[in-house]
Amino acid sequence: MALRKFRIFRGDSRETGELVEFEVECGEGMVVLDAVHRIQAEQAPDLACRWNCKAGKCGSCGADVNGKPKLMCMTRLSDYPEDEVITITPMRAFPVIRDLATDVSINYENNRRLPHFQPRPADFEDGEFRMYQWEVERPQEFRKCIECFLCQNVCHVLRTHDKHQEFIGPAFFVRTAVYEMHPADVGDRREHLKEHGGIGLCNITKCCTEVCPEKIKITDNAIIPLKERVADKYYDPLRWLLRKLTGRG
Amino acid sequence: MATSHCCKDIIERSFGATLRRDNWWVEPLTMVVVLLGFVIYSVWRAFEHANYWGGPYLSPFYSPHFSVDLPRWCSPAFLIIWVPAGFRFTCYYFRKAYYRSFASQPIACGVGKPWKSYSGESKLLLFQNLHRFFLYLAIAFIVVHIYDLVKATRWPVSAAAAYTSPHHAAGPTEFGIGIGTIVILIDVILLTGYVSGCHAFRHLVGGCIDAPSRVFLGRLRHRIWRGVNVFNEHHNMWGWISLAWVGFTDFYIRMVASGTISLEFDRLF
Repeated sequence: MALRKFRIFRGDSRETGELVEFEVECGEGMVVLDAVHRIQAEQAPDLACRWNCKAGKCGSCGADVNGKPKLMCMTRLSDYPEDEVITITPMRAFPVIRDLATDVSINYENNRRLPHFQPRPADFEDGEFRMYQWEVERPQEFRKCIECFLCQNVCHVLRTHDKHQEFIGPAFFVRTAVYEMHPADVGDRREHLKEHGGIGLCNITKCCTEVCPEKIKITDNAIIPLKERVADKYYDPLRWLLRKLTGRG
Repeated sequence: MATSHCCKDIIERSFGATLRRDNWWVEPLTMVVVLLGFVIYSVWRAFEHANYWGGPYLSPFYSPHFSVDLPRWCSPAFLIIWVPAGFRFTCYYFRKAYYRSFASQPIACGVGKPWKSYSGESKLLLFQNLHRFFLYLAIAFIVVHIYDLVKATRWPVSAAAAYTSPHHAAGPTEFGIGIGTIVILIDVILLTGYVSGCHAFRHLVGGCIDAPSRVFLGRLRHRIWRGVNVFNEHHNMWGWISLAWVGFTDFYIRMVASGTISLEFDRLF
């Protein structure tokens, strides 16, 4: 057991809140969330913090640990030098409710606005649509998303510029990609991505990919392919000409 | 229990404000140094308008070479260098690199920016969507570089016979390999690897198809798409190595062209 120092944000807004220092006995194998629980148990019973599974699957315990978005339950204390003070602050991109709990409701509003799945008409004699595993593997990668919103938190468009109303953010580009690239879907979401999703605001600096706890290649496999699809429709004069000539696409 | 205040870092409202403790500035600084170094070297070489071919070798900065009369101030490099420059400038990976390191948009994840407003690639930078057109030209350039490679294996039969212009030797030629041939071969391999992993290429070959089993040649295109993914996963690595090697290729050919490295020394067999 070793005594470690933590600085944890306390308060109900970033303007008036403060970093409060705690010293906690920490043992081998402990994660940041364990330390927060020990602080709750021994020193600050009113410390607000969301958590649920402690297994990196519920996506509840996201916070900034030493300035980097992390799931507290998956961040080992042994990743930091013993003499380093560990600073835990609420997710920067969202309003603080209290201490480490933030209001992420904007994400659920954005989710509701996404165009829904539009099933492809049945093309087999038994009245069903069939697809092969090899062609559905691509959108399956995006199904790993646990909706922790760390990608939304680190994205500078939301984190620094607070463009929640104009930009749906990486998590919802991933969600759009699930449907848009699905073999059984025929929806065209390019207009939505450009006009309402604000995909042009993304400058592909890959912070979202760096922080994803599920290692989804958000930028390379979701956002850039969607940007290319938008380019097909709006920024490719050759395709525009082809569409005019053939009436397709 | 002690209390401390550092709202500047919590809010990240000023440039460089962050709670990060790691050396986040190393990566953008390295990129500035490397990219700026490459740009300065290439612009200098383009303006130099000399020592761009020697023996059977033609510098990639001057290839394809057009035999046209140009004003004295205009180097033939300017006729072609905009193609690889445009391809790399609009490349999705290099965009990330220079947005971070040169434009601080953002300089690193979770670090304060110097800018108050932001429009991303939605206004002034809409031209980045032209990347696919630079891709078409880049593929044509690779074909030209392969031609240069073939020409780099043709040596004059008589040692006394000299080259009169890029790729044109006086008298008959024979097959031969020099160090420069191998340098150009590696350059072609690296450039092909870099272009093969291009995101726009991946989209065009099969990424734009959702249900390959319902499309003509869909299975084949899906396989090609998977192959392109192999290169795409390491697109940054291919990008950096090919950038460094194309610079080295030009440097080596300059050494041959200026006589610092003789053709006798260069030729292996």
